[in-house]
Amino acid sequence: MQVPILKQGDVLIATIQAALSDADLLELRSALVQQVVRFRSAGVIVDVTAMDVMDSFASRTLLEISHMIRLRGADTVIVGIQPEVAFAMVQLGLTLEDIPTALDLEEGLAYLQHRSRTIN
Amino acid sequence: MSAETQILVMSDRDVVAARQQGRALALEAGFSASEATLIATAISELARNIVSYAHQGTVTFKPLNGHGGAVGLTIVAADSGPGIRDVSQALRDGYSSSGGLGLGLPGVKRLMDEFEIASRLGSGTTVTVTKWRT
Ligand SMILES: Nc1ncnc2c1ncn2[C@@H]1O[C@H](COP(=O)(O)OP(=O)(O)OP(=O)(O)O)[C@@H](O)[C@H]1O
Ligand SMILES: [Mg+2]
Repeated sequence: MQVPILKQGDVLIATIQAALSDADLLELRSALVQQVVRFRSAGVIVDVTAMDVMDSFASRTLLEISHMIRLRGADTVIVGIQPEVAFAMVQLGLTLEDIPTALDLEEGLAYLQHRSRTIN
Repeated sequence: MSAETQILVMSDRDVVAARQQGRALALEAGFSASEATLIATAISELARNIVSYAHQGTVTFKPLNGHGGAVGLTIVAADSGPGIRDVSQALRDGYSSSGGLGLGLPGVKRLMDEFEIASRLGSGTTVTVTKWRT
């Protein structure tokens, strides 16, 4: 299950389209980091709307993605966490710590635009 | 009603298959989408522990029909792996022998209504959990 990554201006958008195995998540991590370097992207959006569960491995990998991308000076936003998935994450004891989240793609893009305006 | 079903778990693909089957069975038993997600998340953690620490094992689903119309789902995650030396330590939030978050087992305990773990060094681990429909 490959995750398509779309380049829109200086933002990369990764849209998860089905349940991902651990190997798929690790593949997404390396693909995103590679592309952020290659395109000098300023921001990354990971759309998790279609993700069936967010367990400890998925959360840890998303945190790693965000931290690695931070080292390239870019921001990561997670969008589309479904209410029941969020509820299960809380019960499990998971947080996405400092990764910003947004309701949907549009909000995620607005967040990144706002951030780049405040920085520049 | 429905009989027991079992899935062999030996790869990260099987972890996905196990939680998807668990979700389908939960929905079939009348659990809400939200409860089915809690169950699927718990299965994902238990099945991943099997693959990570015991390499292979099984996840068994047992639909329950209790007295007075109570409906539940029991999940048994069993392996013949190395076992756990100190179970109470393994159940503590943040304890991991593998650099994980250490939230799997304590998290599963919170996600489900009943939780039981039996583990013996050298002979394996069995985690039995149940969720009752609200
Ligand atoms: N089936 C098992 N066989 C042997 N040891 C296990 C098994 N399941 C868990 N353990 C042990 O218990 C510890 C705690 O498990 P738990 O799932 O809570 O955390 P983790 O797997 O280390 O990290 P996380 O699940 O948060 O990614 C593990 O690190 C491991 O040492
Ligand atoms: Mg675990």
